Amino acid sequence: MPSLIEIRNLSKFYRRGEQRIPVLVDINLDVMEGDFLALMGPSGSGKSTLLNLIAGLDRPTAGVLRVGGVDIAALPESALADWRAAHVGFVFQFYNLIPVLTAFENVELPLTLTPLSRQERRQHVELVIELVGLGDRKTHYPRQLSGGQQQRVAIARALVTDPMLIVADEPTGDLDRASAAEILELMERMNEDLGKTIVMVTHDQRAADKAHYVQHLDKGELSERVEVLARTP
Amino acid sequence: MAFLLRLMWRNIFRQKLRVGLTGLGIVIAVIAFALLRTLVDAWYAGVNASSSSRLVTRHAISLGFSLPIHYQQKIRQVSGVSGVSFAVWFGGIYINEKNFFPQFAVEPSTYFNLFPEFAIEPEERAAFLHDRKGALVGRKLAAQYGWKVGDTIPLRGTIYPGEWNFVVRGIYHGAERGSDESMFFFHYANLNENLKKLGDSRADHVGIFFVGIDKPKRAAEISAAIDELFKNSLAETFTETEKAFQLGFVAMTETIVMAVRIVSMVVIVIIMAVMANTMAMSARERIGEYATLKALGFGPVWIAALIVGESLILALGAGGVGILAAFPVVDRVAELLGRFFPVFMLSGRTIWMAWAAALVVGMAAAVFPAYKAATVSVSEGLRSL
Ligand SMILES: Nc1ncnc2c1ncn2[C@@H]1O[C@H](COP(=O)(O)OP(=O)(O)OP(=O)(O)O)[C@@H](O)[C@H]1O
Ligand SMILES: [Mg+2]
Repeated sequence: MPSLIEIRNLSKFYRRGEQRIPVLVDINLDVMEGDFLALMGPSGSGKSTLLNLIAGLDRPTAGVLRVGGVDIAALPESALADWRAAHVGFVFQFYNLIPVLTAFENVELPLTLTPLSRQERRQHVELVIELVGLGDRKTHYPRQLSGGQQQRVAIARALVTDPMLIVADEPTGDLDRASAAEILELMERMNEDLGKTIVMVTHDQRAADKAHYVQHLDKGELSERVEVLARTP
Repeated sequence: MAFLLRLMWRNIFRQKLRVGLTGLGIVIAVIAFALLRTLVDAWYAGVNASSSSRLVTRHAISLGFSLPIHYQQKIRQVSGVSGVSFAVWFGGIYINEKNFFPQFAVEPSTYFNLFPEFAIEPEERAAFLHDRKGALVGRKLAAQYGWKVGDTIPLRGTIYPGEWNFVVRGIYHGAERGSDESMFFFHYANLNENLKKLGDSRADHVGIFFVGIDKPKRAAEISAAIDELFKNSLAETFTETEKAFQLGFVAMTETIVMAVRIVSMVVIVIIMAVMANTMAMSARERIGEYATLKALGFGPVWIAALIVGESLILALGAGGVGILAAFPVVDRVAELLGRFFPVFMLSGRTIWMAWAAALVVGMAAAVFPAYKAATVSVSEGLRSL
């Protein structure tokens, strides 16, 4: 099984005036296709930064970063945007839905970048919106939905383009326990039933427990210790 | 594309109060702009209505001095001159001082040949020519005071004292869009007879001569020839084209016109700042959304189009409402200022400029926010949520 994500000696520095602040230092990591990885660590340890690099939202300062065999750090901006649209699904802590679009339209949004016809888009949207159990909430606007429901819309939006990789930054961080459990169950199904590779940042042990293994970040360094929680498929 | 428009449209109405107030501001600014430009146009209406085939001859010293009426015959002899007439400013009061309108004593037989823009029905023209106590009034003036043919109009003379009564014999209308329809004409003979009877030294003297010429190109040459005739006489003349004569009046108020022009621009600049503030606020609040859209793969051009489109819809939409609203407003103001500005109406040029101003406001307001949103780093934009 090849590595979907291949990270070698990866570093990320931020510049603050004359100072260079190391956020990620010499990271080495492999994520196999079909893996479900949880990233944990204290606040400010660089979890979001690492996730953004993997998802092609940001560029590393040094090192190798290959996703699906593509050296994404070398892609020009517009090619990188196209790459994200085709291969990555995003789930955020605060859902990041567009408030003026209905649940249906929010899910349809990424498909407007594809050459699919209206009819085809409709079919895709119907499919994933049923999958997350919101068939009866299609015409609702985000503010008319609970946090858990909004996050399910966001998951449908991440799934609708059928990407190979799903990145989730604290997807249950803003939810009560019951809603969080529903979201985690969906994450699990995405991984097991749909075969999506998932990288999830979380502070929540219950969330991490759903992953196949957990990696810990501390002060920008990945610890040697890897908790293996489940067999990789 | 359809999705982009849908998002644009819904974004406009997110902060209803803010967009409502900004829209109202644009509407008022466009009305003010149109009104001020119309005011400038009205100022120059006399210049624009002037004919290039007419010259004006006046006393070389100033308009305050009059010329002997027998100059008419001499000017008529100059080669290239097709007709000569004259006018005397009467300055009478109708009932009270507030009812101002221009009154001229003219020689009807020659005057209206030189001014074909005053169209008169043949019967009314004949009736006026035959009645020395008759008057010919403009359509707008007649409408304003409810005068009909046959009515007697009393004027109290100020320059030429006494009670004067005139019978309306005809109502002229403008043959062109810019023609002045608010004037009052009567027979110079009527005025002159009176002056002679009183032994007034102003008898047989007129304010200005209007000179018709065949070829506008020869205006300078003919003007010089006319002035040459009266060189070293008691009353030397100064002749210029009617346009130059009218401009001379406007020139006295040039600075006021300039000020009005500047204010009309300032109005647009102010609304541009208001609109830019609205767009900047919206874009700042939505920076997380724009970052999300970028994360999903939408490019900077798409994001910029979203913001520019929203700004243009608002500016042009409100601008259009402002232009529509400007029509009744200008009409109302035209009624109020009719006695100062005989021609006060929205010109095609003003409407066109108002659209252009709305376009510029919409574009200018969007430039900075669109640039910011299009170039925001996704990871930083997402942090702002
Ligand atoms: N644009 C930036 N400029 C400067 N420093 C930054 C920037 N982005 C992140 N950092 C710094 O990088 C460090 C790691 O940030 P990151 O958001 O990755 O942490 P995190 O592990 O996700 O924390 P949390 O659990 O609070 O979300 C922090 O110290 C942060 O201040
Ligand atoms: Mg984080």
